[in-house]
Amino acid sequence: MAKIIQVGMADLKLAKSPDKLMTAGLGSCIGICVFDPAVKVGVLAHIMLPSSIQAKNAQNRAKFADSAILMLLEEMDRNGASRSRLQAKIAGGAQMFKFAGDSDIMKIGERNTQAVIENLEKHRIKLVAQDTGGSFGRTITFDVENGSLLIRTIGHGERII
Amino acid sequence: MNGLDRFQELSNLQVDALKEIGNIGAGNAATALAQMINSKIDMNVPKVSILEFDKVPELLGGADSYVVGIYLTVTGSAPARILFILPVAQACRLVDMMMGQPPGHTVPQQMNEIEYSAMMELGNIISATYLNALAMFTQLTLVPSVPALGMDMAGALLNAILAQFGEVADHVLVLETQFKKGDEDVVGHFFMLPEPGSLNTILTALGVSF
Repeated sequence: MAKIIQVGMADLKLAKSPDKLMTAGLGSCIGICVFDPAVKVGVLAHIMLPSSIQAKNAQNRAKFADSAILMLLEEMDRNGASRSRLQAKIAGGAQMFKFAGDSDIMKIGERNTQAVIENLEKHRIKLVAQDTGGSFGRTITFDVENGSLLIRTIGHGERII
Repeated sequence: MNGLDRFQELSNLQVDALKEIGNIGAGNAATALAQMINSKIDMNVPKVSILEFDKVPELLGGADSYVVGIYLTVTGSAPARILFILPVAQACRLVDMMMGQPPGHTVPQQMNEIEYSAMMELGNIISATYLNALAMFTQLTLVPSVPALGMDMAGALLNAILAQFGEVADHVLVLETQFKKGDEDVVGHFFMLPEPGSLNTILTALGVSF
């Protein structure tokens, strides 16, 4: 039986076909989905922040875009994936509140998106699709069999990228 | 060591002190809410929990449950975040009650401007009353910001707020109170998340510092 593996906030998990990966309620966070179509293995990382460099507490590597991508590559390597075949899809990075007292919270989604794209480029992982920004939450299901990413929202439709 | 790291070291006495301020704050907030909707509001004994980020959405019925979130930052001597979360259906009912409309008048996806600001006001009054009571009791200066309103998946609303704690911590201290209307289901959850350092300020003000 195929399982649906849940990935929490600041968490990272690997799945092999036919299992799927899912993370619920992405707001300013980003779901980074990377898979290798040849071996049908994929990782979903649910990151919260752009960079581990200035963080006072960077123990949990899955929390930051830069360290999560390194961690994800290690996981993929260990499971027989080839870096040259890797494809990435990302979703999230929204701005959740209509207006907030401070500006940082407004931009965190945008900063996360930017950091994820930069780090994917840095490691030469091809970004094949993205569904980012806006002001709504996303729940995503990643099928590592074919790399399709199902995105569900409340009031903003449903799509597969 | 920063304030957040010491969450695990809280003594029973300190937890009780936090519960007590939660009780005072929420008691006042419940009264304000009851006056606004002209109906009795009950509250439970506040819970103090130290949670991993991951576990916070579970308090709200899962990361993809549909909720309204009213969010404020608190500045002053003990900076904190305040979040009042209620299921969308409940929020709409409260707005109808506030505005003397028949139940079912307010519809989530088609809220008009007045209903929207009524919802905002609801959060504003509850948070301000809570904070006032807290400030009186502790003699701390606590200044609330303008509230921000979000209506979406619980996890998505929490993301942005927890991200601000993420640079220094993996855990967050949650002071949670549930409001209930009569015997009916939970109306809303009120959360106060002290920033690193604030916890000790609050505890010191209560005479139970580390």
